[in-house]
Amino acid sequence: MSYFCERYPIIEKSSLSADIYSYTLLCPNVAAEAQTGQFVQIKAEGFTLRRPISICEIDKQKGTIRLVFEVRGKGTDKISRLNVGELMDIIAPLGHGFTVPDTLDGKAIIVGGGIGTPPMLDIAKKYKDKCTAVLGFRSFDRIILDKDYTKAGAMTIICTDDGSYGIKGTIASPLDEELKAGGVSMIYACGPTPMLKAVVLTAERYGVKCEVSLEQRMGCGVGACVVCACTVRRGGSKEQVLRVCKDGPVFDGSEVVF
Amino acid sequence: MIKPDLSVNICGVEFKNPVIAASGTYGFGEEYDELYPLEKLGGISCKGTTLNPKDGNIPPRIAETPSGILNSVGLQNPGVDKFISYHLPRLKKRDTVVIANIAGASVEDYALTAQKLDDTDVDMIELNISCPNVKQGGATWGVSCAGAYAVTKAVRSATKKPIMVKLTPNVTDITEIAKAVEAEGADAVSLINTLLGMRIDIKTRRPVLHNNVGGLSGPAVFPVAVRMVWQVSNAVNIPVIGIGGISDGADIIEMMLAGASAVQMGTAIFTDPYAPIKAIEQVERYLSDNRIEKISDIVGQVEPW
Repeated sequence: MSYFCERYPIIEKSSLSADIYSYTLLCPNVAAEAQTGQFVQIKAEGFTLRRPISICEIDKQKGTIRLVFEVRGKGTDKISRLNVGELMDIIAPLGHGFTVPDTLDGKAIIVGGGIGTPPMLDIAKKYKDKCTAVLGFRSFDRIILDKDYTKAGAMTIICTDDGSYGIKGTIASPLDEELKAGGVSMIYACGPTPMLKAVVLTAERYGVKCEVSLEQRMGCGVGACVVCACTVRRGGSKEQVLRVCKDGPVFDGSEVVF
Repeated sequence: MIKPDLSVNICGVEFKNPVIAASGTYGFGEEYDELYPLEKLGGISCKGTTLNPKDGNIPPRIAETPSGILNSVGLQNPGVDKFISYHLPRLKKRDTVVIANIAGASVEDYALTAQKLDDTDVDMIELNISCPNVKQGGATWGVSCAGAYAVTKAVRSATKKPIMVKLTPNVTDITEIAKAVEAEGADAVSLINTLLGMRIDIKTRRPVLHNNVGGLSGPAVFPVAVRMVWQVSNAVNIPVIGIGGISDGADIIEMMLAGASAVQMGTAIFTDPYAPIKAIEQVERYLSDNRIEKISDIVGQVEPW
């Protein structure tokens, strides 16, 4: 596994909601290496730290990757000013992604919370109707990628905190319903930490394997600076502090110490 | 014109060029080895290593600042035994200078760690008496002459390896500390470690770092580092290694004019992993353009008003 640090042309840009942007980069060497659940470190001109953004889609034939991110501060705002034809400076692909076997015994459930929705779209595209996506957002105007998940063939359930669209409330009850119906062999989740914790507990209750993508403030992004620490318990042994950027961002839910 | 000579000799250790990856920003080299051969660097100062493994501080451990970062990693490391058995043999296969950076909670910890390294083929030991992010040890030693003196003395008697003492800028007069460690047998000093800083999230009223405070690095600290390197190099007779906010070749030249015999680059690598490699090329071009044959000829050549 290797990564690259280069500048790649932006071939597509769109805005998905008020502060959320989608970019497609032409980067054949990155696309060839990239795995679902990995991320990139984008350079924001004039800022010291790069911004870690998960990869939303990988097209190995076309040699492209798609990135979806939210403008959260000055750095991501700077990146969002880049336009088609310009170059984006990225370090990619980085980290340890999701386990996505060619065939699953049962169904897969994808749980996405807000800006945690993008990194699992390729899982939906792989498992199509053998997959349910439970996606939670704050409100109707914050919903992203719902059509992409539907188009991928996944049964898509939308929840909003304020009930302005879909099911009112969090992803908790639809997730529970899906698991109760049975036949689920894998859960993939990305979103806010309280949501991930709830998903892991639910998965454990039903005895279903679960992988979660964690978020933490990062320095280098490649594993050298040990800034993005997370605590895990592996193979029944004692707790150890690992790096979200290199050992993750995807971890087996059962090993994460929240 | 002939290719300029970039090599420097620091207390008997030959570096092919004056650029060393700074401790804490480069791990044990393996991550960046995927981008370019480590042989391109003059040396690598490894992640701060302690007698026993350390888990470090609770995250968040980093915050961005204008032209820099604050960090509070808290010396997370696998311990000196793992360093010796696993990381060092891998690094020693590479043609670059390997510097072990050690820290401790007590003088005995430092001495024991240095003693373990004495039997290895590590090229040099950097004493971290300046880490601002651990409650015990770290900068506790580096902020007083007595502390700096005690650690240097203990390590000096524990090892024959060249010792470089990394100094903290969080003191009233850094030259006093530098003179104290020189008197106890330090072969070189490296400076500056990070400046103690703090950021607060105005929405939550919580410090951004879980450790509340952390160390400032990056371009923001560069002028402070240049000033301290200049002061220290005028105060001691041992080589000074310049650290603090160096981003490119011009910064390296500036730091060496101030009195640094070599430099370390760290935070710049987060922005651009190729920064040290580009900087080495820029230094070489500067020397050619200015018809300077040897990089060591510019050390301390600033002409103060």
